[in-house]
Amino acid sequence: MSNRQHEPASTTNSLADQVRRGWSTFTALFGNDRLGQIGLLLLLGFIFIGAFAPFLAPYDPGEMNRDDQGDILRLDGPSTDHLFGTTQLGRDVFSQVIVGTRVSLLVGVSAATMSVFIGTNVGLISGYKGGYVDDVLMRITDIAYALPFLPFVIVLVVILGADIMNIIIAIALIQWRSTARVVRSQVLSHKERPYVESAYAAGAGDLRVMYRHILPNVLPLVFLYAALAIAWAIIAEASIAFLGFGDPELHSWGQMIYDAYNVDAIRFAYWWVIPPGMSIVLLAMSVFFVGRTLEQITNPELRHRE
Amino acid sequence: MTLLEITDLQTQFETSEGRVHAVDGVNLSLEANESLGIIGESGSGKTTIAKSIVRLLPDNGEIVDGEVRYDGDDITEYSDRQLRKQIRWNEIAVIPQNAMNGFDPVYTVGDQIVEVITAHTDTPNDEAMERAKSLFQTLGIDEDRVHDYPHQFSGGMAQRAMIALALALDPSLLIADEPTTALDVMIQDRILHRIQELQDELDTAMIFITHDMSVVSETCDKIAVVYGGRIVEFADTETIIKNPRHPYTLGLRNAFPSIMTDDQDLVSIPGTPPPLLEPDEGCRFAPRCPFAEERCWSETPQSEPYGDGNTIECHRADEHERIRPEASKSETWREQEEVIEADD
Repeated sequence: MSNRQHEPASTTNSLADQVRRGWSTFTALFGNDRLGQIGLLLLLGFIFIGAFAPFLAPYDPGEMNRDDQGDILRLDGPSTDHLFGTTQLGRDVFSQVIVGTRVSLLVGVSAATMSVFIGTNVGLISGYKGGYVDDVLMRITDIAYALPFLPFVIVLVVILGADIMNIIIAIALIQWRSTARVVRSQVLSHKERPYVESAYAAGAGDLRVMYRHILPNVLPLVFLYAALAIAWAIIAEASIAFLGFGDPELHSWGQMIYDAYNVDAIRFAYWWVIPPGMSIVLLAMSVFFVGRTLEQITNPELRHRE
Repeated sequence: MTLLEITDLQTQFETSEGRVHAVDGVNLSLEANESLGIIGESGSGKTTIAKSIVRLLPDNGEIVDGEVRYDGDDITEYSDRQLRKQIRWNEIAVIPQNAMNGFDPVYTVGDQIVEVITAHTDTPNDEAMERAKSLFQTLGIDEDRVHDYPHQFSGGMAQRAMIALALALDPSLLIADEPTTALDVMIQDRILHRIQELQDELDTAMIFITHDMSVVSETCDKIAVVYGGRIVEFADTETIIKNPRHPYTLGLRNAFPSIMTDDQDLVSIPGTPPPLLEPDEGCRFAPRCPFAEERCWSETPQSEPYGDGNTIECHRADEHERIRPEASKSETWREQEEVIEADD
C-alpha cells in the first residue's frame, strides 16, 4: 500500500471528504478515457439545452411562421431566420429540435430509473431468496423477455392513451428484464461470499444483508445498466413516435421525423429530418460512452485510488 | 459458571448422496473465561460444531438433535430473530477463517465496526467510531486506518481488524475458526499472543478451531479432539499434549514436530478421514487404528469420564499405559499403513 496517502486524521467521513473522494473517483474514471470525455461533454451539452430550452429556442415550436406577404413559410430551407428551415406547417425546425431535447431526456432518465429500480429489486430478491420466489420472479422475467417491444407498447398506448407518461411506463415495463437477470446472477455469487456470512454472524437480518451489503456490491453494474437503459429508452421513444404512436402534444425528435414522413417530405427536406435524426444518434451515443466508462467502476480498487 | 454446554449435538447435511452426519453426538462444556481448542483433520466436523453453536449452517444443514445451552438457555430453540438480536455478536462473536474476505469490500473497516455497534446498541455514530479507533489501538493498528477499505490491509492486519470487529460488543464468547491459518508463522505467533492477552484482559471465553496442535497447545486451557464428527478425547491441554489416551490423539501428536526433541521422526496417520455418510456401528477410527480389535469394528465406543472432567471414547482406553509407547514408534503406524494398502 505504498502508493496510498494518509488522509488527515481529524476528518472522519465529513461531507467535504466524501465530495473529495467522489471527485477523485470521477477524475480517475474519465481522466484517461477520450470517448468517455466526449460522451460526457455531449451529454452535458444536451442537458444544458434541455434545461434552458424555452430561452434557447428562437421561436415557439408550434408557431406557424409567415413570410412578408403573410403566406405560411412551408418547407423553407435553412436560412438566417430559420437555421434548420421550416416544416410543412411553417414551424421552425431548430426550435423543435431544441424543445425535443427535453422529451428525450425526460423519457430516457425516467424510463431508465423506473426499469432499473424494478429490475434491481426483482434481481436482488430473486437471487437472494431463491427457491419458489426465484422461480416465480424469473418466469415473470422470461415473460417480459418474450414480449415483443413495439406491439406491446402500441397495445398499451392504444389502451391507456398516447400520453408521454404511458410511453415511459411501457418502456420501463419491458426494459427491467435485462437488469433483473444480470443483478440476479451477481447476487447469486455475492450471497455465498464470506463477507455475507460474516454479516449473518454479526447478527444482520435478511433485509440488511440484501440492501446494505449485497446491493452496494452490485451497484456498479446497476449504474452501467441504467446508462444503457437511458440510451435504449431514447431510441425506443423515437421509434414509437416515428410510428405515429407518440404523444401528439409534444415535439419529440421521433415525432418530427414522423411528421416529415407523413407529408412525404422525408426524401427532400433534409433540414427537417437530419437535425432530429442526428440528435437521437448523438444523445444515445453520448450516454453509451459515459456508460462504457462507468463500467470500469466494477473494479472497486479504482474507486478509491488517491 | 458454565457458559456453554453442548449436549448430544447432531448436525446433518442433506446431500444428493444421502445424509452426512457431520456432527454426531457431541458433548462439550465451557466455563466463562476458559479457552477451548477444537482440533481435528479437515472434514472432521470441527467447523460444523462451531457453526452449529451460532446456527450459521448452510441451507442444507440442520441440527437434528441435541442442545446448545448458552448461559442456561437452549439457543437451538431460539427463533432466528432472537438469535440475531440476542446472541450473535453481543454474546457470541466469530472470527472467520479468512478475514480478508470477511469484510464487505465496499465499506471502510471503521464503518463496518460502527455498523455492528450501532445496529446492536444505541450508541451514536461518533462514539462508535471512537470505539473502533480504540479497538484498533488495542490490536496494534494505527487508528487512522479505520478509514481504509479492507483491500488496503495486509493479511495479518486484516485478521487483527477482524478481531477488533469481533470485540466491538464485548462478547462473552469468541469463536475463532482457524484464525491464523492463512498467515505466516511470525504473524501467527503475534496474533495468537494478542488474542491470549485480550482474553485475559477482557474475561472472554474462547473456542479455538484449528488443525494445528501447536496453536492449541499454546493458547488453550482445554482441548477437544474431533474425529469423524465425534469428540474422541477431551481433556486439559497438558494431558492431551503429554499423556493422551486415544490412539488418534497419539497419532496426531506424532505428526507435529517438537522443538524439544531433535531426532523425532514425523509420522502421519495412514489412511483418510472417514466418510460421514450414514455411518455404521463401530469406532470410526478403527480402519486407521493400529490398535483396533474385534469389538472396535462392531461397537461404537461411548464417551467415558476420567480424571478431572476429561472424557475418552475408546474401547482400549484402559490400556493407554501400554499403548502410548507403542504409538510413539513410527513402525506401528507404518505397519498399519501396509494393512490399509493390503485391504485396498
